[in-house]
Amino acid sequence: MEAARETLTLNMGPQHPSTHGVLRVILEVAGETVVGCTPVIGYLHTGIEKEMEYRTYHQNINLVDRIEYLAAFHEELAYVLAVEKLLGIDVPKRAQYIRVILCELNRIASHLVWLGTSALELNVSSVYMYCFRDREEILDLFEMVSGQRMMPGYFRIGGLQWDLPDGFVERTRAFLDDFPRRIEEYETLLNDNLIWRQRYEGVAVLPKEDALSYGCTGPVLRGSGIPYDVRKAFPYSSYEDFAFDVPVGKNGDAYDRYLVRMAEMKESRRIVLQALDRLPDGPVLTNDRKVALPPRHELVRSMEAVIHHFKLVSEGIHPPKGEVYVAVESPRGEKGYYIVSDGSNRPVRVRVRAPSFYNLQALPRMVIGSLLSDVIVAIASLDIVLGDVDR
Amino acid sequence: MGRSHSLLSMIQERLPWGIVEESSSRGEMTLVVAREAILEALSIAKEAGGPWMLTDLTAVDRFPAEPRFEVVYHLTCLFPPDRLRLKVQVPGLDPVVPSVAVIWPSANWAEREVYDLYGIRFSGHPDLRRILLPDDWEGHPLRKDYPLSDEPVEFRGVEPKPPAKIVPKGKAEGISANPFGSFDGRDEGAR
Repeated sequence: MEAARETLTLNMGPQHPSTHGVLRVILEVAGETVVGCTPVIGYLHTGIEKEMEYRTYHQNINLVDRIEYLAAFHEELAYVLAVEKLLGIDVPKRAQYIRVILCELNRIASHLVWLGTSALELNVSSVYMYCFRDREEILDLFEMVSGQRMMPGYFRIGGLQWDLPDGFVERTRAFLDDFPRRIEEYETLLNDNLIWRQRYEGVAVLPKEDALSYGCTGPVLRGSGIPYDVRKAFPYSSYEDFAFDVPVGKNGDAYDRYLVRMAEMKESRRIVLQALDRLPDGPVLTNDRKVALPPRHELVRSMEAVIHHFKLVSEGIHPPKGEVYVAVESPRGEKGYYIVSDGSNRPVRVRVRAPSFYNLQALPRMVIGSLLSDVIVAIASLDIVLGDVDR
Repeated sequence: MGRSHSLLSMIQERLPWGIVEESSSRGEMTLVVAREAILEALSIAKEAGGPWMLTDLTAVDRFPAEPRFEVVYHLTCLFPPDRLRLKVQVPGLDPVVPSVAVIWPSANWAEREVYDLYGIRFSGHPDLRRILLPDDWEGHPLRKDYPLSDEPVEFRGVEPKPPAKIVPKGKAEGISANPFGSFDGRDEGAR
C-alpha cells in the first residue's frame, strides 16, 4: 500500500473569479492548511515597456493607461511627470490642481472596485452593487472630461489636453456631498457584519518588517503600520498645498488594510474639495512651444506656430540626455517611472515600477500557515491589478 | 545633508575600492559601484536604518556600447524621505551580477524579471526562472537587438511586417543586418 500523501497540490487560477484577472497560484495544502504558495504571473504580459521604446513620448501617454487600468490617471500622471522632469519644465497651477482632482477621484473609483469585489467574494453582493453604482458616477465625470470612461489619455506633457468642461465642478461637488453618507452606509453593512469581521480580522497578517523588505507600498504598507505615502514624502503636482492625513493600521491584517482604504477614500474626498475650492484660473498647458501644441487660433496667424505644430506632430519632443525616476501614490502604492533618454524623440528605456508586482510578492508570506479560504481574503486585501503586475 | 548623503559616505567609507562613479543630476543622486561591491553596498543600506527600502530593481540595455548593460537599484529612505540610485555596469559577454535577493526579498521577483527580459543572470538567486514570459520562450525581448515584430495572424491576406521595418530610424543603427533569424521561427520569405 502506498503511504498516505500528506500534502495536496492545488491549482488556483489563472481563471478564477477571486484573482481579479489572470493570476495563477499553486497551493500546497495539508488538509485545510496552506503549507506552500507559489504565485505564477505573466498571463497578461503585453510588453508595454518594449513597445514604449518604439513610440514617441506623446504616443506613450495612451499606452500607459493600459497598465494599471483601474487607476489610469495615476499612470498617466506618473509618466507625464517623469517626462516633464526630464525636460525641466513647469506646469501651470490650474493644470496641477485639475490633475490632483482627477487622480483623487480615480483613487475613490479604484477603491470602490476593490471594496465591491472583495465584498462580493464573501458573498456580500449588495455592497458590490452599491460600489459599482457610485463608481459609475465617477466614470461619468471622467467621460465628461476626456471622452473616455477608463482610458482617458487626458494628461499631456506640460499640462492637460483641454480645460474642464462646463458643469464638471458642480457635478463633482454634488457627488462628493452625497459621498460620506454612502461610505457610512457601507461601513455599517461591513463593520457590523460578524461574518466580515471574522473573515478579515487577524487574517493575512503582514508584519511591518516583512512589508518593508518585500518592497510593499500603498495601503499594504500603511496597513502594517508604516505611514509612508509618496504624496507626503515626495510631494508632486502641488500635493503640498492640501491638508490630508495618512491613515495607518496597527496589526497589518486584512481588516487593517480594509480600514486604511476606507479612510483613504474620505481623505481623497477632502483633497478634491480643497482643490475645487482653490482651483486657480489660467492656462492648463505650458507655453513652451517645444513641448506643447500651439493653440488652434495661433495656427492661422503665426508661421512659427505652424512649424512648431508640424515638428511636434511629425517628430515629437526631444528631451535632453539623462535619466529620471518619478513616483506617484497610486491606489496600490508607489507607481514609479524610470525613464532613460538619449536625446532622441523616443525613450531608450521606460521602466514601470509596478506596486502590484511588489505587493503580490508578499502573498506567500501572508497565507502560509493559514486556511485555504483565507487565500481569497489575502488576494482581495492586496488589491492587485494584473495589468500592473504583468505589464 | 539628506539621508542619501549619509548612506553615500557610509558606502564610500567601507567600500572605497568599489566605487566607480558618483553623479547627481536633476536632483537625483546616482552611484555606480563595481559588480563585486553591489552586494556589500546594499547590505550597508539594509543596516543603515532609516528604514531604507529597495524600491525597484531593473536594467537598461546600452547596446551597442560596452559595458552593455546597467542594473539599476532604486533605494528609498522612508523617514526622512530621500532616494539614492545605485548602478552596476555589466559587460554584454558576461552578464552576471550577484543576487541581492537574500538580503532584500523584494529583489527576488525583480531579478527574475530582469533575467527574463534581459538575460542578465543573478548568481546566488534562490530561484532564477522566467517570470513574465512562458518557460519555453526564446530570447530576451527587452534587449535592443531583439526587434519588435508583428504578431503572426491565422488568416490570409496579411503579410506580417518584417521587424527591420518596425525598428525606428536611429535606433536601428548598430543592429546587425539579421539578428532575429535565430529565434524567430517564421519563414525567411516574409522578410
